[in-house]
Amino acid sequence: MDLLNALVVFANFVLLPGITYGAQLALGALGATLVYGILRFSNFAHGDTMAFGTMATILVMWLLQAAGIGFGSLPTALLALPAGIVVAVLFVLATDRLVYRYYRRSKVNSLTLVMVSLGVMFVMNGIVRTIIGVDDRQFADGARFVFTAAQFREWTGLTESLALRTTQAVTLVVIVLVVAWLHWFLRRTRTGKSMRAFSDNENLALLSGVNPERVVMIVWMLSAALATLAGVLYGLDKSFRPFTYFQLLLPIFAAAVVGGFGSPLGAVAGGFVIAFSEIFVTYSFKKVFGYLLPVDWQPDGLAQLLTTDYKVAVSFTVLVLVLLFRPTGIFRGKSA
Amino acid sequence: MSVATRNVLLFVAVGALIVSTGLTQSWNAALAIVNMGLLSAIMALGVNIQWGYAGLYNVGTMGFVALGGLAAVLVSIPPTEGAWQAGGFRILVALVFGALIIAAAAWVYKMLPRGRWRFVALAPLLVAGFVVYRLILDPAAAAVEAINPALQGNIGGLGLPVLLSWPVGGLLAAGAGWLIGKTALGLRSDYLAIATLGIAEIVIAVLKNEDWLGRGVKNIVDIPRPVPYEIDLQQSQGFLSFVSGIGADPAAASGIVVKLLYAGLFLAVLLILIWLSQAALNSPWGRMMRAIRDNEVAAAAMGKDVTRRHLQVFVLGCAVLGIAGAMLATLEGQLTPGAYQPLRFTFLIWVMVVVGGSGSNLGAVLGGFLIWYLWVQVEPWGNGLINLITAGMAEGSQFKQHLIDSAAHMRLVVMGVILILMLRFRPQGLIPGK
Repeated sequence: MDLLNALVVFANFVLLPGITYGAQLALGALGATLVYGILRFSNFAHGDTMAFGTMATILVMWLLQAAGIGFGSLPTALLALPAGIVVAVLFVLATDRLVYRYYRRSKVNSLTLVMVSLGVMFVMNGIVRTIIGVDDRQFADGARFVFTAAQFREWTGLTESLALRTTQAVTLVVIVLVVAWLHWFLRRTRTGKSMRAFSDNENLALLSGVNPERVVMIVWMLSAALATLAGVLYGLDKSFRPFTYFQLLLPIFAAAVVGGFGSPLGAVAGGFVIAFSEIFVTYSFKKVFGYLLPVDWQPDGLAQLLTTDYKVAVSFTVLVLVLLFRPTGIFRGKSA
Repeated sequence: MSVATRNVLLFVAVGALIVSTGLTQSWNAALAIVNMGLLSAIMALGVNIQWGYAGLYNVGTMGFVALGGLAAVLVSIPPTEGAWQAGGFRILVALVFGALIIAAAAWVYKMLPRGRWRFVALAPLLVAGFVVYRLILDPAAAAVEAINPALQGNIGGLGLPVLLSWPVGGLLAAGAGWLIGKTALGLRSDYLAIATLGIAEIVIAVLKNEDWLGRGVKNIVDIPRPVPYEIDLQQSQGFLSFVSGIGADPAAASGIVVKLLYAGLFLAVLLILIWLSQAALNSPWGRMMRAIRDNEVAAAAMGKDVTRRHLQVFVLGCAVLGIAGAMLATLEGQLTPGAYQPLRFTFLIWVMVVVGGSGSNLGAVLGGFLIWYLWVQVEPWGNGLINLITAGMAEGSQFKQHLIDSAAHMRLVVMGVILILMLRFRPQGLIPGK
């Protein structure tokens, strides 16, 4: 019984939040890694693309709510999501047309592109703050739980309990669908194949008749769509605040690099690695040990390695360790 | 028009902008821009040393500036009564122990061959070391934080003159820069950017959470000043008779005098730093740095140790940032870790360097002044614009209020547009480097 209780505590406070957060990071990292693979620069505006897409989704959601349209027990934001994605995609395509295309044609080095993306980051950040403000916003509605802690306790009769929030369930379903679709898209479709070819060897792909502008356009669209998805899911699960989204850039980059920058599969794996290390290191294991260890072995303190405020240090440490010992990441992305 | 005349004209133009602020708003506001402009110029100089001389892409500026601010606290604040007895020494022991563990781990890593045994030796060493470190540190930190937490709750400083903290801030940041450079400089350029971005966040996280060090988010608000306080000036007979002699308002005049004193100190530091960096750039060392920047492979083939030179220049740049950070904390008289935001302390500095001209020290200074001026002035301009747009709207409408509230964020958009336009149409900057 004690073992089961310990497992349930662990699942409720580490496993479930870890998988959810990992999935959100993975979606963000997928967008960053695709841009890196094809356009060959780290897009510092990615966090703000997430914020922008989420903002668009929230605005559409408000319209829907004002019109009295809901989505049953699911959050209304999901209904507004396609519109939000369209807005984000259009904005990102416009920035490519106005800003990035010039540099692509003049073949500048990747650091100039990073610098340009800083400019885009400033603009997007300013626009998001101007339109929706800087405050923390909760925008999840509909049913809060798939099953609550009380229900779980009733079913199992355990002392400890597990609750599954709707937003967590939605995140899990979305990540499975997106990864499956993306895998199919990159492996099986003509467009996906041409994208991979372009990523592997640009000149060879051009010789084989791949249209670079089309590949670039599709990458931006995918990246904006994935960023919006990641942003909306993160916002539903936690809350939306422009500054937090800007700061998500670090764990997202960490996830992408850990997995191997440029490798989509790696981005997904990296997202989970980063999320679990963050939660593992900052979770207080006192309760889990309470069930597992005999009374006199109990730890006095919280049995927590670091306070939660050091989350950022965790993703960074994992990043540096991977860069030092396996610079190409877990899945051998572009070399360091 | 020769290059020199054009440069002079550029500086005169920026000076005129600031003077016009003095004429139309107030001289206090203009001098505030000058002081922050001087600090921005020093920060831009630090980034320019790394980026312009060596092509190192450091986006962790904020962290080094914050370390400088910490130095100001640790040097100038009077020591907290009893804190060293309560746990200060034990904290020192813990820190030294932590450093030893890391050194031991590095030694083990070097000694053992690649493979499973290395991991078997390292993992327990690091885990056990961390646990023991926390066992030594935690009670000591708690004891220090328990001392008069409403006002102190930290170990305090050394109670030395605050001016001394400027070089100390430089040293502290240089030390951190050395550690970081040692680990991260081997990485490719945009990975270095991501790594430094993370380090800056970690420095801020430490400042926010280690209350025993700098009171964390409870902030330190009484860093002593190197110049007199306005209130003392207003009460001194000599100052009052001087002010009435020239017929000025004592309140405004005292503010101006204090700001002028700061400006004098900052200007002296800036001039020394410019002189040093110009001398370095024109020395054989500077030529070598430029050679490395322009072609690393060729420079390495000529027998130059590229990695060492990169580390050297990285540390130097960090030191300049640390000095600027200590000066900033001195000017503000406080250390507020929450106020360190990457947009303001990292990316804005980058805009300054790009606009000024990377690789050019004068350019960095010009960019520092110009961009800081715009950063401050775009807000009132944005307000004016919004007021003009919303003038026709109904009074008290929510939309109007929202627009007025968010006008302040327009300056982010303006900075982004400036950066993008500069990179597109004048990538070498206003004053190009050599």
